Amino acid sequence: MHTLDLPSLLARHRNDPTRLVQILRGVQQAAGWISPPTITELAGRLGLPRARVEGVAGFYSFFCTSPRGEYRVLFSDSITDQLLGSRELRARLCTALQVREGEVRNDGRVSVDLTSCTGLCEQGPALLLNGRAIARLTPARIDELAQRIEARQPLDSWPAELFAIQDVVHRPDVLLGSTLARGEAIRAALARGPEGTLEQVLRSKLRGRGGAGFSTAEKWKAAKAAPGPTRFVVCNADEGEPGTFKDRVLLHRHLDLVLDGMTACALAIGAQRGFIYLRGEYLFLEASIEAALAARREAHLLGTDLLGRRGFDFDVELHLGAGAYVCGEESALIESLEGKRGIPRSRPPYPVTHGYLQQPTVVNNVETFASAALIALHGGDWFAGIGTPKSSGTRVHSVSGDCARPGLYEFPMGVTVKDLLDASGATDVQAVQVGGPSGVLLSPQEFSRRLSFEDLPSAGAFMIFDARRDLLEVVQNFAHFFAHESCGFCTPCRVGTTQLRNSLDAIAASRGTRRDVKVALRLAKLMRETSHCGLGHTACNPFLALHEKFKPTLDRRLSSLDFLPTFDLDDALAPAREVTGRDDRAAHLEES
Amino acid sequence: MKTFTLDGREVPFSEGQTVLQAALADAVYVPHLCAHPEFKPHGSCRVCTVKANGRMAASCTLAAREGLTIESETEEVRELRRELVQLLFVEGNHFCPSCEKSGDCKLQAVGYQLEVKTLHFTQLFPDRPVDASHPELLLDFNRCILCELCVRASAEVDGRNVFALSGRGIDKHLIVNAESGKLADTSIAVTDTAVAVCPVGVILKKGRGFAVPIGQRTFDRAPIDALSEKKP
Repeated sequence: MHTLDLPSLLARHRNDPTRLVQILRGVQQAAGWISPPTITELAGRLGLPRARVEGVAGFYSFFCTSPRGEYRVLFSDSITDQLLGSRELRARLCTALQVREGEVRNDGRVSVDLTSCTGLCEQGPALLLNGRAIARLTPARIDELAQRIEARQPLDSWPAELFAIQDVVHRPDVLLGSTLARGEAIRAALARGPEGTLEQVLRSKLRGRGGAGFSTAEKWKAAKAAPGPTRFVVCNADEGEPGTFKDRVLLHRHLDLVLDGMTACALAIGAQRGFIYLRGEYLFLEASIEAALAARREAHLLGTDLLGRRGFDFDVELHLGAGAYVCGEESALIESLEGKRGIPRSRPPYPVTHGYLQQPTVVNNVETFASAALIALHGGDWFAGIGTPKSSGTRVHSVSGDCARPGLYEFPMGVTVKDLLDASGATDVQAVQVGGPSGVLLSPQEFSRRLSFEDLPSAGAFMIFDARRDLLEVVQNFAHFFAHESCGFCTPCRVGTTQLRNSLDAIAASRGTRRDVKVALRLAKLMRETSHCGLGHTACNPFLALHEKFKPTLDRRLSSLDFLPTFDLDDALAPAREVTGRDDRAAHLEES
Repeated sequence: MKTFTLDGREVPFSEGQTVLQAALADAVYVPHLCAHPEFKPHGSCRVCTVKANGRMAASCTLAAREGLTIESETEEVRELRRELVQLLFVEGNHFCPSCEKSGDCKLQAVGYQLEVKTLHFTQLFPDRPVDASHPELLLDFNRCILCELCVRASAEVDGRNVFALSGRGIDKHLIVNAESGKLADTSIAVTDTAVAVCPVGVILKKGRGFAVPIGQRTFDRAPIDALSEKKP
């Protein structure tokens, strides 16, 4: 563990309050947690109310406001990791280290807890150790971790192989197969000029790859037309939707394509500054991204007078998230970039007119910018010729779950679910979750549907569940995910996601009744109709799909009674049994 | 004067007004908790939900415009509002009969307006210790509905930033501006707007309990929808 030197940490961040999330990341990394005196000192030095800094520290799940283990282990709670045995591995580590899940060991050495999907589903199960990802966990790997932690080996001395992350690409197409040289797309955009570049993006019919599918050209045009002294280009690399990991690979293998796309956008809309907002789980990409940014400045592809063109100034800063799925929503992402709690803003106004620091801002997904670079080079008609009439171009699908070959598959838009199942070697498939938990759960009757904006839009995740799986467990996992990730701003999502999680836990424990299902259905309607943002609107989708398409799976767990107590009396006696060290028959309630 | 339609009635509005502001100014009551005429609306409680041209929306952040047809007191809308209020009740620990704010509490009054008769959802019974550190004020977090009115009032009117929110999701909670986490160590004054603005019984003055007998309190005299929040 390093020691915390607050003044120099703050100096590195120019004492800039908008960099508060980055500063808190620095504190967390150096000190292992963010202590109350540190918060007081930070607030004083940044000129912010103390409670405001505490509120930001308390929002992001990677920040600890109470001491955690010197080695903080967070197991990815993605359903695909769970299917690969992450729970058993977690129990194994806890046993080996004599620590209870969710608690810090008495000597402060280690804590073991859960985190949302870490984006390593094709090489899971995975975990984060003090923020550093370790994938492809096996019992042997777990035992090795336990030994190294017990021996208190500093992380920097651990073999690099333990932290190795693979890029698993099974089918590249125009994006993942791109061999574009750095800056080539910018040269092409410069030759076309801002209007010409915009025209090509319009002709390409490119639509945002983040899920909403808004026209990229319309977004760029709106930001260009909006009044404001400065404009911003933001790359949304907060790939938080469980089951999605395509941006991770694009940023690792094709970062220059993404940066060329961002720069072409900056040229088109007249922006001088850009950000990459990278999810904190992808810390292992930080060094390579910073190195690429430095190399581009060296090559006059970032900075001032790009490629020698006077007045064409654009630079990009890397920001890291700190464990908050909701920051994938563009206005929450902007709040986080400004150093605040990641709460989605009320819209209108939209970020294209009032974004970062209330200035016109384009926020696009990693894959969108990569596609835009290809469009700048090859032209809009070329791109529009790929895919279907309303869904141009290709789509990178992150395939995980029950199949022979999990990994990335880039296909032209419009490929069927079945095509993707066949390509990945999936057999005996019971269901597919397209677009992550907020997307759609498909039954086999729907496998001929096409992955495109016309039919089945997707944020890129494709999770396969074969006939062995209990879909109730899948839906329960998703309910836990949404309850954990709700920002808590609006009533329906804040309380509703927890109510739904509790109902599904009760049903999974065979303590649910038909009434629980009825209440959950009303809750789903309430959340869809009254929530503040997309998280609340979609949080009930998995449950609704289960109820609609896989009713027997749900029904067979329900009690035939209309009412059951919401808690188990015998269970409630467990703490008393633990305190007294008893587990004999007399310490249990009689079976009635 | 420009107007929109609310439950069949023409409601006039001026430029920049929200649907809720225009309705209240015209003495049409729409239930609300986190909205307050003195503060910029932010739309977190969602209790002011209306159906606007066929879609549900929070009326406190919905800009008034011509051509809007608003449904407010329909059973469909009232049911959603009722469920939102029920969620607020099960989220905290609300025991009206023993609460000093009973009869003056907006959550309770809106509950009556929406005919909330049961909790419907499962109570969460959160553990929220009270803060009795301050000599003149008591904070009972059990009743907090996270409306952020005290946060906004302390920042915008009192200029003290005594309150803020921390945590996330169901763990979101009110905090005070002190390293100890105690109200006594903040700069709050009993006369602060932040103290007076609390719509429920979180921020209470010590030393004066039940000064007005139950039965003679604000919403005992008239239900909340009979009151106008119009400034004189």
